[in-house]
Formats: sequence, structure tokens, C-alpha cells
Amino acid sequence: MAAVQDGQMELDAEKETKPEILSDGTSNLSGNTASGTLSSSPLTAAPAGGAPKMEDQQTLIAVLQFLKRNKLTDSVEILRREAGLGEDQEDSQATDGSGGGKGDVDGGDANSLLSRVSITSAAAPQSVIIFHSIIFFYSYRFGKVGGADDQPDVSVVLSAYSQQGDPSLYQVYYSGLKNFIESVLDCHRAELSQLFYPLFVHMYLELVYNNHENEAKAFFEKFSGDQECYYQDDLRVLCGLTKKEHLKGNEVLLDFRTSRFVLRISRDSYQLLKRHLQERHNNQIWNIIQEHLYIDIFDGMPRSKSQIDSMSGSLAGEGKREVNKAKVFHGLLKEPEIEVPLDDEDDEAENEEGKPKKKKTKKDSLGSKSKKQDPNAPQQNRIPLPELKDSDKLDKIMYMKESTKRIRLGPENLPSICFYTFLNAYQGLTAVDFTDDSSLLAGGFADSTVRVWSVTPKKLRKVKSAADLNMIDKESDDVLERIMDEKTASESKILYGHSGPVYGVSFSPDRNYLLSSSEDGTVRLWSLLTFTCLVGYKGHNYPVWDTQFSPFGYYFVSGGHDRVARLWATDHYQPLRIFAGHLADVTCTRFHPNSNYVATGSTDRTIRLWDVLNGNCVRIFTGHKGPIHSLAFSPNGKFLASGSTDGRVLLWDIGHGLMIGELKGHTDTIYSLKFSRDGEILASGSMDNTVRLWNSMKAFDEVETDDFTATTGHIHLPDNSQELLLGTYHSKSTPVTHLHFTRRNLLLAAGAYNSQ
Amino acid sequence: MAEERRQKLCSVILPTESMKAMAESVGVGSLQEDSCLALSEEVSYRIKEIAQDALKFMHHGKRRKLTTGDIDHALKLKNVEPLYGFQSQEFIPFRFASGGGRELHFYEEKEVDLSDIINTPLPRVPLDVSLKAHWLSIDGVQPAIPENPPPVPKEQQKTDSTEPLKAVKPGQEEEGSIQTKGQGASSAEVKGSSAKMVPLVMKPRSTHELSVEQQLYYKEITEACVGSCEAKRAVCVCNKCYLFLFQVRVNVVQNNLALLIYLMRMVKALMDNPTLYLEKYLHELIPAVVTCIVSKQLCLRPDVDNHWALRDFAARLMAQSCKTFSTTTNNIQSRITKTFTKALLDDKTQWTTRYGCIAGLAELGHDVIKTLIIPRLSVEGARIKAVMDGPVVSNIDKIGADHVQSLLLKHCASVVAKTRPLPDMVDQYKVDYGYLGTMLCSHVVKARAQAAFQAQTVNRTTLTITQPRPTLSVSQSGLSTSSGSRAPSIIKVPSSLTLMSTRPGTPTQPSPPATKYIVMATSAGAASTHIIESHTF
Repeated sequence: MAAVQDGQMELDAEKETKPEILSDGTSNLSGNTASGTLSSSPLTAAPAGGAPKMEDQQTLIAVLQFLKRNKLTDSVEILRREAGLGEDQEDSQATDGSGGGKGDVDGGDANSLLSRVSITSAAAPQSVIIFHSIIFFYSYRFGKVGGADDQPDVSVVLSAYSQQGDPSLYQVYYSGLKNFIESVLDCHRAELSQLFYPLFVHMYLELVYNNHENEAKAFFEKFSGDQECYYQDDLRVLCGLTKKEHLKGNEVLLDFRTSRFVLRISRDSYQLLKRHLQERHNNQIWNIIQEHLYIDIFDGMPRSKSQIDSMSGSLAGEGKREVNKAKVFHGLLKEPEIEVPLDDEDDEAENEEGKPKKKKTKKDSLGSKSKKQDPNAPQQNRIPLPELKDSDKLDKIMYMKESTKRIRLGPENLPSICFYTFLNAYQGLTAVDFTDDSSLLAGGFADSTVRVWSVTPKKLRKVKSAADLNMIDKESDDVLERIMDEKTASESKILYGHSGPVYGVSFSPDRNYLLSSSEDGTVRLWSLLTFTCLVGYKGHNYPVWDTQFSPFGYYFVSGGHDRVARLWATDHYQPLRIFAGHLADVTCTRFHPNSNYVATGSTDRTIRLWDVLNGNCVRIFTGHKGPIHSLAFSPNGKFLASGSTDGRVLLWDIGHGLMIGELKGHTDTIYSLKFSRDGEILASGSMDNTVRLWNSMKAFDEVETDDFTATTGHIHLPDNSQELLLGTYHSKSTPVTHLHFTRRNLLLAAGAYNSQ
Repeated sequence: MAEERRQKLCSVILPTESMKAMAESVGVGSLQEDSCLALSEEVSYRIKEIAQDALKFMHHGKRRKLTTGDIDHALKLKNVEPLYGFQSQEFIPFRFASGGGRELHFYEEKEVDLSDIINTPLPRVPLDVSLKAHWLSIDGVQPAIPENPPPVPKEQQKTDSTEPLKAVKPGQEEEGSIQTKGQGASSAEVKGSSAKMVPLVMKPRSTHELSVEQQLYYKEITEACVGSCEAKRAVCVCNKCYLFLFQVRVNVVQNNLALLIYLMRMVKALMDNPTLYLEKYLHELIPAVVTCIVSKQLCLRPDVDNHWALRDFAARLMAQSCKTFSTTTNNIQSRITKTFTKALLDDKTQWTTRYGCIAGLAELGHDVIKTLIIPRLSVEGARIKAVMDGPVVSNIDKIGADHVQSLLLKHCASVVAKTRPLPDMVDQYKVDYGYLGTMLCSHVVKARAQAAFQAQTVNRTTLTITQPRPTLSVSQSGLSTSSGSRAPSIIKVPSSLTLMSTRPGTPTQPSPPATKYIVMATSAGAASTHIIESHTF
């Protein structure tokens, strides 16, 4: 919850850009967002009434003080402007607040102030968390994290650990609980076992924070073996942390502290636990549960071990049930009706001069909506989309013609796979993308270059220089052909501009632009007419792991090491939305086919779905046991597939917010996922040099989404990976980096040959 | 196991000695023990932190190997200046040094003179990235083209070719089709069936019968081929291969040596013809050739006729076809090797067959001789000795043993001459190779002398020396690479031609339909069919 609000605050920070962005769309959107952000943000909730207002003000002032101390003047400015605080007010408050104290003289001032704030707002713990994340965000944003500046910040975050028990008793406490959980009835044991890992981590951190290094080591050694194997990576990080100094600036730790670990436990099991802890007067553990864990209690039968295991594994526990309750409009937008010429013969002739005609017919047909609207589809103008250009309409016609020749795939009718191997890439291929019509191929490389290939006989040509363009007769019919410079025709072009490995590339739907994201913290927009860089979008500051164009163009999304995903429009140099909430790097970003939602996968082993309209997180999917490296929406927009380093593909029902399938078979990271054009087949490509085809139709059909599972979120996953696997195709020594279905359902795969 | 690894990870901390050594290297003389400890803990933690970040870059770079570049990027994340000038190497040669009770591993960095670097010519520009497309799958089936991996994994092929007798690989032919459908199932199946397949090795020898239609057809074709009518011959060249097996078989039965030689020469001619794609007919040709190599009896009067020459020629032909057609997909060479070795190891094998096996193996090259024949020398020697010195059983046996002996000496001498260190002691040879040792020694000495003489001639005249066996010139080497679309099933036998009579319960292989069995009338052909049969192509 806090995280979401955090995101909105960041949005506020970018507020100045918002109105102009939205002005080209419907004005309704801007109003909507603005009010949404204002009302939900406690920071700017000015008219909230007496006491809370005072508290907020104090919090704010504390933040300002802190920022000032650390000479983050930019942030001070922004914050002050946003909150509408005058400078004098702040000063008076500051002296006021630290009344009994020493004023601005000694270094402990900010600290004392901060702790005071956290005490006063202890009644509303949420605001504390928000407050922490603000500081975190602001310091992060200006690149101060990791330096000495964040010291007070961390100590605040950690201050909750300062309450001390007897360090020697920690092992006793933990093993006491362990014995208890092992002795309870089987049906409760699995549920209560979920407590082990978060308790273990928090107790260990408490020991470390309070300088009981030896006890901490002993504690770790004794109990780390009991933890589920999928927490290994985190444990590895933890085991390195043995001193209080290490805790400073450690992101994993901050994640643990700032977000409560979420557990889902049935009411019966919870009562059992509560009674036990109260009988034993085991306050230490009870405190941790109260402060650091969020226990989501539900009524009904306790879940089984397999049910729990399928959902757990993420950095911060499962998603809360109410998080996935929001309505998601997962239906597709209505296709604009375009008259498709049925006879092929005169289509070729018509293409040139027939353009204006088609435009007219289209306008007519828009008025009479014959097709029924999908009840789950968002409104056509829910987010403003760019108008179709004539060339887009031609492309749509091409698309429709191609799709009539599409092969219907199924278990008996598997697609052919054409594999594009990059030779002599020296292990440097990091990203690949195909255009929708499969005519162009782009590769991002570790040597900072982006290369574009034409995979059809049509060569790549640049537009002529300005001087030459002047000479062209602009009235001629083939002006689009004439502006191209034949001399520059070649099969591939290289785009130079980045200063670090290129981790993501994406073509615009109209094939005029290419996006690339890189380690250097920028996203670049390239023109495929001039083969030059048009814009460098700065904002992430840290490596940008992935970027993707919206299916309708104009918008694009990017995600990176700074743990946020950003929504941009090509004509704005600042982001329109910042989706914050992930606890670790955002590794992959995908647009929903209706462009109203964005899915992001992260190293924190969760997948989140964000609403583009208001920036809210509408779904959190947990269940992966490793960082997520690939995502794919089904063509009908109802389902999402995700692949991770653990070699499993998970399938999700977006509407119900449920996991509906697990596909096991790969032995290494899955870097690419793609549904066939009709959604019958899911193709997955992996580091283990294989392409696998799965029967997604069957996987989706077999799901029983009755009301019970929908409300409780308890799922029974059928273990039928082997039945769903339709084919495995090994390449010689080429990891599969990208997969793409052509419009006729031919599968294209790409990867760099690895000679070892 | 995972747990152990984790435990180990916990305890990894740089030794305090390293801290001392590093402090000394930057001029800090005496470092307190406490500060060393504190430093090493801190440094270990930071290194771990950076390594964890660097892993992220490795994952996103879609690599399995961590490079120094990844570490540079991780340092950059922490606002630390990257360590410039380090490159990932395949192998970092750490050196070890000890002294004064301290042990040290270090990486030797040579001082490089800048002018040297500047003056060295630039290295070749590496090849540019290029894009190549191939079919990974066509309608769900993976085509057997060089771009795709062989249906049998490489490791298995390796064990197959190095240890041909280890086990008959069950369901090898079917592997390709199974592999595309459900990996797990097939591996389980293979495991299960390997136990069942063991009896296959011991299957009984049986005879087969030619149907009347086949005999008639054979007559027609033979007339066309061997007869004088040129037009007829041209027509039947196409379907000749189909009938090859018949011809050979019938002639083996009839013991018509002249015709067999004729047929073998025809095979040679077919192979030398670069315009023919013989890959599709290999399953017909190879059993025929193998029959000519190892058949028990090839002529009416084995004591007089020179059927040895036919065997030699066929063996050479076999070697040539192995060289030309053996690919990772059909695996001809290892299968042939396996067949020969199996027959060779059998105690009951006749001298004629034994001769054929050795000849066939020897033609496959020095490596094969070294690994498969030379270790058998003493055993074979003992066998020959038994025939030579023992009571005369039959003239035929004696002639056979004699031929085997000279064959072994001829082929092994050159190999031994190359591999064995110089002093050629007769006694030592006797110890190593048994009965044949003495003769082998003299042959080796001769071979060495000849080699030395040849080397001299080369030095003097700088003439190119001809190959030891000029008859084996490979004329079709281009074929195997250029043939793009070889169906994976080419080495399967159409069921009507399968020579199997009884195949004990093999779940992976459908039993051939019981229609047309080819049964040999005379018992003389039994051995040859056995070979063919155990070698189902």
C-alpha cells in the first residue's frame, strides 16, 4: 500500500509535465489523475483536518530538515513547492519541534527530529513507512544512495530493531516455535511453517543490528538449513551481513524493513499460534509478528503445503488478497473498421490512389457499431490513443489479408520454426526484437551498438539529405519511394549512441522508430528513416533493463535497476507515469494488448500489473522462485505468462488474479515467451538452448475458476506439464533470446551462437 | 547438498594474511591483527555485494559466464570508479609462491613496454556479426541438417565410437522422433528398454529364403547390369541400389566370386560418381559391402580362390564410404566399427570372417588400429599359434590363419612404428604382443627404415610423396557437406527388406511384418547373414 502511494508521490514530482501530455488526449484523463493522486496522497492532503494535519506537517518538516542537512536542495525545493509550505513556517516549526533540544547546532539534530516524528506518528504506522520511502526516494533520485548521506535514513529504518531481548535466548525462542509448529496438526503445520522464513530473517537482523555478531552467526548456522530452498539467494545475501555497518545501504535489508512480509493464514491456524505465543509469554516473537509481518487471515480450510508452495517464494511474501480485487479491463479494444478490399487484384492498384476513399468509408462505418463491445474491455478513450494514420490503415489491411492465410495451430498442427542465429557475436547479443510484420530484426549488443537487419529482400535505405530532398517533385505519386537514397541501401545498419550494453530493443508498430534501453541509464529513440538517434530519454539514472512500445505506438514503458517502471510518450522527455512498488530491479516490461495496462516482472520475484490511467498497481502475482525475465500476454488479453530463472513458466488469469498453470521443463532461465497469433500455442525460449511449445489452449481450458477459488485465491495446480508440452527443439549451442510469431503463425526464434 | 554449499559460503572470508600482504604492497608496514581482521571482514562483504550485483549484469547480458565487464558495471552502480584495463580471459594463470612461512597465490603481471605495443602489427579485425537463418523445425519435426544438433547427444556418440562394444544403444533410430515428443518419457523408456534389449546381442543365427518373385526380379536385373545391353543398364542404374543387396546375397549363396568382384567394383564406381546422391541408398549398399568383407565363404573353392582380395577391396570401399557419408546423424563409422569388433571378439568366428573384420577395421585408419586391433594382438597371436603349431585340422584353417597373420603384421607395423618409442627389443615385443611379437618387431624395424628412407628422398628431391594407399582417394568429400536436406530416416530399412527373423521383444522397435523373409538355402551363408542382421541398416 505504502509503495503505491510512494509511486503517486513521485508522479506528483513530475506533475509539471502532466498537463501538457494529456492535453493532446482527452482532458478528462488529466482531471481524473490529478484528483486521484491528490486525494490518496497523505502528503498533499492539506484539508484533512486538525490533528492529522499537524502530524503531516511535522512529518514534512522533518523531511525538509533532513534534506537540507544533506544539501539536497533540489529535493527541498520540489517538496516545498508541492506541499505548499513557506520557508518561514518550516523554520518556526523546526525550532518549535526541537524545543527542548539543541537547535541546529549539533549533528544529532536531524536524527532526533526524525525519531520524534516516528514516535508521534506511531499511531499511524503507515505514514512512517511512507515517510521512510519518501526519504529513500528523494535521496535515491539524486544519486546519493550508497554514499555516507543515507546514514540517518537507514538508522531510522532500522530503529525498530533497537528493542532488545536477550540475544542468547533467540535460539531458544526460535526453536521453541519450531517445536510447536512441528507438533501441531498436519493441516496447520504447512500454514504455520510460512512463519519460519520471515521470523528467521528478522531475528537474524535484530541480532546483527544489536551487535551480537557471534550469536547472529550461530543463529544463522543453526536454522538457515531449515528454510525453503527457494529462499537460497536471499540467504546468501543475508549470510554476508554480519555487522551493523553492513546494514547501511543494503537494499535487501531495506526491502525487508520497509515492506511487511505478507502471509496468508487461515483463522484457525492463526488462533492456534496466538494462543501458543500468549501461553509462553513469547513476546519477542509476538513483537516481530506484530511489527514486521502482515498476516492476511482468511476463514475456511487451511491450505495444503503444495498450495502454499505454489504461491510463495517472492521477496515480500504473497500478495494480499485485496490487492488483486480491483477490476481490470482485460478485454481488447474494438478494432477500427476499415474497408478491406476483398479481391486481391485491384487492391494492388488501389493502394496508391485509393487511400482517400478508404478513409471516407472508415469514417462512415465508425458511426454504426455493429460488433458488440466486449464487457471486459475498457472504454475506447480510457487512455488517449494516437489517431490512425493512412499508413497505419494500409498496414492494418495488410495484416488482415495475411491473417486470412494464417495457419491454424494446434497440438496436431505445430508451427514451423525458423531460427535466426547471430554468428560472431562474441557473446555480446543482449536483446532482440522483430517488427510485427517480421520484416526487420533489431539486435542490441554488449558493445553498446544497436543493429538493424532487413530479413526480407527489401534493403534498408536512408532518406536523402535535405538538399536532395528539395529537388524532389513533391506532387509525384511515388514521392515516398523517391525520398529514399538508393546509394545507402544495405542489409543491415548500425546505430551508435549508447555508452553501455543495450538490454532492450523494441520496434514501433509503424516500423518508423526503434527504442533501445541501455546500461547507461537512457532510453533512446531511433528513426528508421534516417537511422539516427532522435531522443535520449533520461530519468532512470541506473541501467534500464527493458523497454517496449505500446501496441498502438506513441507510449512506451521502461523498467530498470532503480526499481521503478516508467511510462513515456515519445514526444515528452519526461515520464508520464512512474510505477513504483517493486522491491528490486524491474527486469521486464510488457504492454497489455489494449494498452491500458502494463505488466512488469522483477528481481523481487513478483509480477505487477499497473493501470496506465492512474498509475495504480492492480495485480500482484507471486509464485516465482527466481527473478522474472520474460512476460507475455495472450492475444485475447485474458492471460499472462511469465518465465523466470528457475526455468518454470507460470500462467495467470488476469481477470480473477489467479495463478492457473505451471509449465515445467526448461532447465535454465527463460528469456522469451510468445503466444501464437490465435493464442493456441505458447512458445518459450531459454538459456538451455531449447524452444519448447506448450498447449496453452488446453492449459486455459482446464482451469476451474469457480467462485470459491476466485474469492479465496486458493488454487490447485494440475501437474500436467508433460501433457501440455507439445515439442522441444534443441539448437546446437544457441540460447534462445527472442521468439516471434509472424502474422501467418510461423515461429521465428533468434539467438547468438555460443561457440563453447 | 545445497545446504552444504550455503554453509561453505558463510565461512568464506579473505585471510588476514592477504590484508597484510596488500598493506605491505602499498607501503603500510605493520598492520595490527585486529585491524586486519576488521578489514578482511569488511572487504569480503563488499566483494560479495559487488559480485551479487555483477550477477545481475550477467543475467541481463544473457550469459552464463561472469565477465570483468559485469564487475565494472556493478562498481559503477555503487559510484565507484571501475577497474579499467582488465579483460576476461579464459584461463587466469595464478602462480604459487611460498617463503618465510607464507603461501601466496598471485597473478603475474608483466611489465609491458608501450613502444612494443605500438610497434606490433595490428591484430586481424574480428569477423563482423552476421545473421544466418535455418529451420529448427518444419511442421513440428526437426529436420536433420547440419545446423541442428544430432538426434543423439554428442556425449553418447563419443562413448559409442570409443567404446563400440559397451552396449547396443536401444531405440537409437527412433530417438529422433521420440525426442521431439516428451523428453522425460523417452529417457525413462530408453532406460527401461536397455535392459530388455540385452538379449538382442545374442540372437540366434538363422537363414532366410528368397521369394520366387524376388528371384525373378533379380535375374532380370542381373542380366541388365552384367549383360551387354547398354541401354538396359542405364535404365536400371537408378534402381540398382535397391537390388544390390539381393545380388550380393544371391551371389554369396552361389559362391560366385567373379560376379561379386564385379559388383563391388560397381559400388566403387557408383561412389566415385559425384552426381549421385548415394545417401539415400546407404542402407542398401552398406550391408552388401559388409557381407563381402566378413562372409564366411565367398567362393566355391576357398583354399584356391583369392577371395582375400575381394575382402580387402570391400574393406577399402567400406572405409571410403565411412569417410564420405559418416555424419553425426547416421553415425555410420561407429556402427560399422561396432559390428566388426563384435564379430572379432567372438571366439567361434571363422578365419575368413576374422580376416574380413580385421581388414575392415584396419582400413578405417590408424586410430582405429591403435585402439581396437593392437590390444587384441596377443589374443589373436595365441589363436594363430594354436592353428599353426597344433595338429593340422584343415588346410583352410591354416591358410586363413596365415592370411590373418600377414594382415595383422602389415597394418600394425606402421602404427606401432609411429607410436612406440624407439628401441625395438624383440623380447619386449614378445612380452607386449605375444606370439606375433617377434615378427612384428622385424616388420616395425622395416617400416621405420622405410619411413626414414622416404624422409630422405623427400629431403633430397623435395618431391611430394604419394599416399601409402593411393586407391583410397576420396573423391566425394564435398558431397556430405553440400547435401542440405538429408532426411533423418535414410538409414532405416523399408520393412520388406529387413533381414530380421526374430527380434526378441523390443518395445521401441516395431517388429517387421511377417511377409517377405529372405532365407538362405545353404548353411554356408549363415555367417554372412548374421553379420548383416546384427547390423540392421
